[in-house]
Amino acid sequence: MKFLENIVHKMEPKFAKGGKLEKWHPMFESFTTLAFTPAIVTQKGAHIRDGVDLKRTMITVIMAMVPCLLFGIYNTGHWEMVAAAGDRGLDFWANGGAKFMAGLWVVLPLIVVSYGVGLTIEFIFGFLRGHSLHEGFLVSGMLIPLVMPADVPLWMVGVATAFAVIIGKEIFGGTGMNILNVALTARAFLFFAYPTSMSGDKVWMAGTESKVDGFTGSTALGDLATFMSDKPVFENLEAYTNNYSFFDSVWGMIPGSIGETSLIAILIGALILLITGVGSLRIMASFFIGGYVMGLILNAFGGNEFLDLPAHFHLAIGGFAFGAVFMATDPVTASQTATGKIIYGFLGGLIAILIRVLNPAYPEGVMLAILFMNVMAPIIDHYVVQGNIKRRLKRVKTA
Amino acid sequence: MSEVAQDAKAPREPLFSKKNKKLVTDPLTDNNPVTIQVLGICSALAITVQVEQGVVMGGAVLFVLILGNLFISLMRNLIPSRIRIIVQLVVVAALVIIVNEVLKAFLPDVSEKLSVFVGLIITNCIIMGRFEAFAMANKPWPSIMDAVGNGVGYAGLLILVAVFRELFGSGTLYGYPVFGDYIQGNGLYALGYVNNNMMILPPMALIIVGVIIWVQRSRNKSLVESN
Repeated sequence: MKFLENIVHKMEPKFAKGGKLEKWHPMFESFTTLAFTPAIVTQKGAHIRDGVDLKRTMITVIMAMVPCLLFGIYNTGHWEMVAAAGDRGLDFWANGGAKFMAGLWVVLPLIVVSYGVGLTIEFIFGFLRGHSLHEGFLVSGMLIPLVMPADVPLWMVGVATAFAVIIGKEIFGGTGMNILNVALTARAFLFFAYPTSMSGDKVWMAGTESKVDGFTGSTALGDLATFMSDKPVFENLEAYTNNYSFFDSVWGMIPGSIGETSLIAILIGALILLITGVGSLRIMASFFIGGYVMGLILNAFGGNEFLDLPAHFHLAIGGFAFGAVFMATDPVTASQTATGKIIYGFLGGLIAILIRVLNPAYPEGVMLAILFMNVMAPIIDHYVVQGNIKRRLKRVKTA
Repeated sequence: MSEVAQDAKAPREPLFSKKNKKLVTDPLTDNNPVTIQVLGICSALAITVQVEQGVVMGGAVLFVLILGNLFISLMRNLIPSRIRIIVQLVVVAALVIIVNEVLKAFLPDVSEKLSVFVGLIITNCIIMGRFEAFAMANKPWPSIMDAVGNGVGYAGLLILVAVFRELFGSGTLYGYPVFGDYIQGNGLYALGYVNNNMMILPPMALIIVGVIIWVQRSRNKSLVESN
């Protein structure tokens, strides 16, 4: 945080009266207050935290999501045009402005619904319980649209958000008390409640169904999952990689949930989280390693094309990276202890790829894996703490 | 047999005295067998997909509980305490077999849907719990009142859960299409409404029961354990 603050302070004279960017002062002012108020910082003593509070943490995470959001909007617009033209070979970078606007037209309502419903419920509960509005929903409200397919009906998003905020969070006592990640609860709810709108090959591009007959808007993961059945979409792995190259998957020029496709955008977000110290490197790194290890294990067994898919592909396709960076690191639902975080992340990645590959009914294993590890996190912490106590007792005895 | 002596001495109370009424009304609200004692959850989760199943299951349990409580109460002084569980099991098993046969004969469709859960009434904790906790120590009439209270409390909750699950899961209520025809796509479905598949899955029953418990406890703070 200190690092960011220094940059902002350096910029301040430019915005002051007579400075080069005087006109922009209100914008600068609103940003700095959003990010740096309250400015109370401990001056001396044994405290090691700076004045970072819930609001600043939340705003930082939202900033980290901006690259994913922008790329997601563009990508959504691109695939909508692909669906309209019925041609997957459309140039990705051509006609950029129109694509961005088309994407915005799809994504913006999702964000509005998610924030509108979520904040209304938070407000009602705040009113009933007599406390002010918590900032906890700021991040969840942005995460929910990012993990939705482009074509999901708005009312479903509203229902899922309400379910996630009430059942996932308020029932346990509100912000900071939830067991499950709120955004993932919303997605899991939709996945089980309205499977036809959350999976299959009709939902990933806005308006697929109505536009061209015989055109499938399937995702990389959806196509891969067909390798587990009798009728795969592609003949072999080579045909698959010709269609979705590793390069495409890393850049994110593939259909998928709005914010999850681009590994590059996600890694930019991860960098922001790590520099500001908001996200946990232990969880992110061990999550990726866990997924990679499971990929290697599956490669070793082999047998069909999905099992043989090179392990590094797994890290770039689907919601794996997005889950690792923005979902698994949720400080409330993740493990709290340092060792616990490594175990939590590693097992999360491991299970995510396991479910993804071996259960073709749930191609998006990341969601289920993280929710499962959310539930397991307290147990992991318990044993880590117990182990620590035992080790220390031993030391006392031998001394 | 000191119990018998006490029974004989006790003054005759009216059939619907305050105490007896309380036996019926308590399990309906603040001592509900499902939401407060958390008994009989298993069947409450399994067979609440449709209201009809809930009604039949609630009726079956009510029937078994009333007659069982009556018989156990009548026999309470004859049952040696060391083998009382076995005697109770024989009574409940006999009653459940009657219920099962009746359902098979007159409501074969529902009987098929309920499948094993009718037989599992034998192991329903509410029934054994009422036998042990009430019928073994009380006279027949209060035992019947207790059975009515608990049976209706159980059935009521089953039906309440089933109403939510059937309405949002299948769009019907007791088989009657409320939101229009799903397959033809008219009514609400024409506007893009879709049935909630999660309502049909057992986890949602657990969540609904949980929400009912939550609402009940926030309305009556004395039910919240202090810890």
